[in-house]
Amino acid sequence: MSLWEYANPKKFMETTGWLLPWLTALTALTLGGGLVWGFFLTPDADRFGSTVKILYVHVPSAFIAINAWVMMLVTSLIWLVRRHHVSVLAARAAAPVGMVMTLIALFTGAVWGQPMWGTWWAWDPRLTAFLILFLFYLGYLALWAAIENPDTAADLTSVLCLVGSVFAFLSRYAVYFWAQGLHQGASLSVDRAQHVADVYAYPLWLTMAGFVFLFLTLVFVRTRTEIRARRLSALVARERKAA
Amino acid sequence: MPDLGHYEMTVLLAWGGTLLALAGLIGQTLWRASEVRRALEAQEARGQSDRGTEKVGGNG
Repeated sequence: MSLWEYANPKKFMETTGWLLPWLTALTALTLGGGLVWGFFLTPDADRFGSTVKILYVHVPSAFIAINAWVMMLVTSLIWLVRRHHVSVLAARAAAPVGMVMTLIALFTGAVWGQPMWGTWWAWDPRLTAFLILFLFYLGYLALWAAIENPDTAADLTSVLCLVGSVFAFLSRYAVYFWAQGLHQGASLSVDRAQHVADVYAYPLWLTMAGFVFLFLTLVFVRTRTEIRARRLSALVARERKAA
Repeated sequence: MPDLGHYEMTVLLAWGGTLLALAGLIGQTLWRASEVRRALEAQEARGQSDRGTEKVGGNG
């Protein structure tokens, strides 16, 4: 079976219709479990006190904020090269989710930074890249809303997505490129380097999984809505033409 | 509720803001999904009834 079969809206609707109840249950379990574990069952940290609990909302939201854009980049490229409508509708569906996650990461970072760094905001490379990424999300959504022809909107937003990818990349790697600023490096990684103690890392991995499943669930629901909205527009246009 | 000590307001503000934003996002997603599905069903039903009327008219 080829992956391109899912570019067919009917196939996509069938598969996601079957998948969504399972994905929703998985999201509720992992996200609920991770958040409860992180908030209620983790101890205070020596240096950070109870603010260590902000890790469980800040790190996963920042992870999704960056990777939502990466997903949009891939699906936009598929649109530009192969002209699959479901692909670009999935990119459009992911954008509001990515934007809200970016906003959460910026907000929770600022709230944590005030007592820890003594400031709500600093023009640190990573923070600045994140702010620009947020503005790109806004621009991407505004462009979709501003252009009436759906194919033209898809083309232009896909090109914008390519340009914005630089800032998604910088949001992740700015800490390494410029060894300056307030923001520390990664809290979790798949290598063997230990960044946070196990007592914090296990619930954090679970919360990360919860945010990933939540992202997938929301993107599937929103893509299905975009497909239906596209069909609705086509039917309305046909009716007007016939009248 | 765990004892959050000196940073209680900071932690609650970060978590409260996050949960509010997630609830808003989930709510908006479900609301729009339901609105569009309802509108599409109504449009499809109208299209079917129009075709049915045309068929009856054509036969008559």
